[in-house]
Amino acid sequence: MISPTDWFWPLSLTLLAIGYAVVALPLRRCGRWPGGRMVLFYAGLVVMAAALTGPLAARSHGDLTVHMAGHLLLAMLAPVLLALSAPMTLVLRALPVSGAKRLVRWLRSRPARVMTHPVTAATLNVGGLWLLYTTDLYPLMHEHAWLGVAVHLHLLAAGYLFTHAMIGIDPAPHRPGWTARAVVLVLALGAHSVLAKYLFAHPPAGVPAGASEAGSRLMYYGGDAVHLLLIVIFCRQWFHASRPRPEYRPTPDGTGLAGD
Amino acid sequence: MSMPARTERPASPAGLANRNLLSGLLLGIGLVAFIDEAVFHQILHWHHFYDRSTTNAGLVSDGLFHAFSFFATVAALFLFADLRRRDGVQPRRWLAGILIGVGAFQLYDGLVQHKLLGLHEIRYGVDLLPYDLGWNVAALAVLGAGLALLLRSGRTDRA
Repeated sequence: MISPTDWFWPLSLTLLAIGYAVVALPLRRCGRWPGGRMVLFYAGLVVMAAALTGPLAARSHGDLTVHMAGHLLLAMLAPVLLALSAPMTLVLRALPVSGAKRLVRWLRSRPARVMTHPVTAATLNVGGLWLLYTTDLYPLMHEHAWLGVAVHLHLLAAGYLFTHAMIGIDPAPHRPGWTARAVVLVLALGAHSVLAKYLFAHPPAGVPAGASEAGSRLMYYGGDAVHLLLIVIFCRQWFHASRPRPEYRPTPDGTGLAGD
Repeated sequence: MSMPARTERPASPAGLANRNLLSGLLLGIGLVAFIDEAVFHQILHWHHFYDRSTTNAGLVSDGLFHAFSFFATVAALFLFADLRRRDGVQPRRWLAGILIGVGAFQLYDGLVQHKLLGLHEIRYGVDLLPYDLGWNVAALAVLGAGLALLLRSGRTDRA
């Protein structure tokens, strides 16, 4: 029997890849979409595919270490690539003006603001992991294929939301300042490290004692690698945003451009 | 003229002095955490990834400081690059910050994490007293040197 997960992810990822090309290529041709962002988006899709299809997905059911490798790719690395490819900006550019206006209004709405706030995004992201590995959700997601799909969708979406809140380059109205985001970033990465070490001695339900040690180490040190990437991008963005600029001085002609 | 929110304030002398100290402090914390992980965990294998007697509070403290030390190292270097492009590096103040960061974090690790929270010991299967004394006395010495240097750099700045 074909399990739903055998076709769901390959089909979804293929549709995403084709859909992106249909939207981005015309814009690319008239110079309104940078090629680098296309590369980042497709790299993100490849990383997703590596986690959700093929040997990694097949072996992750019985092996926490393989599952963790998939987690690092799907919920941590892929979101970095996707967030830096500015998918929302692409949608806004591709939509007709009225549609883009409606989308922007929705992005500025209260629910969207609450969802993309760093604290909400971090809670959904790390909180979801704590729920997954410390309750019966972990064995259940392997028994029920669609529950597995839902869990993976949540991991990806929450990872993306968090990454977007920290280093996204899409429009982010009402985003808190650098210090507030840095505090949330450190707390979230810390919670990930705490969970990784906790699993060393407290395996998820259904994983035999001792079998979680390698998975715990991979989550801890592999997580570090992606965390470092996030931190460097975050600090680089600060460095760029806080570069010294010529001081604003009112000038007689009212342009405000200091002429020195 | 004030700049709009979220862009950088024009660098004031006090702001620059604080940024030198902050960059140093963060780098010190990052450095000592790096040495701890590289030398004591990975090379000597004195420290353990997880000690079965680790308390939950110890685990939380370890995880948060682990993440913070990564952030601190990178942020310190970007802050330093920012000071350089503003021609605002004050080497003495920066070095004082490093020493204070190293000493304070080493002391926190030695007293709170190892002893109070039972994260892990410095080494296993040996008499711990000389190790604990060496660890914490070294931490105090570095911390003291950093504070002394900070006071002196304050005097030279005012002069």
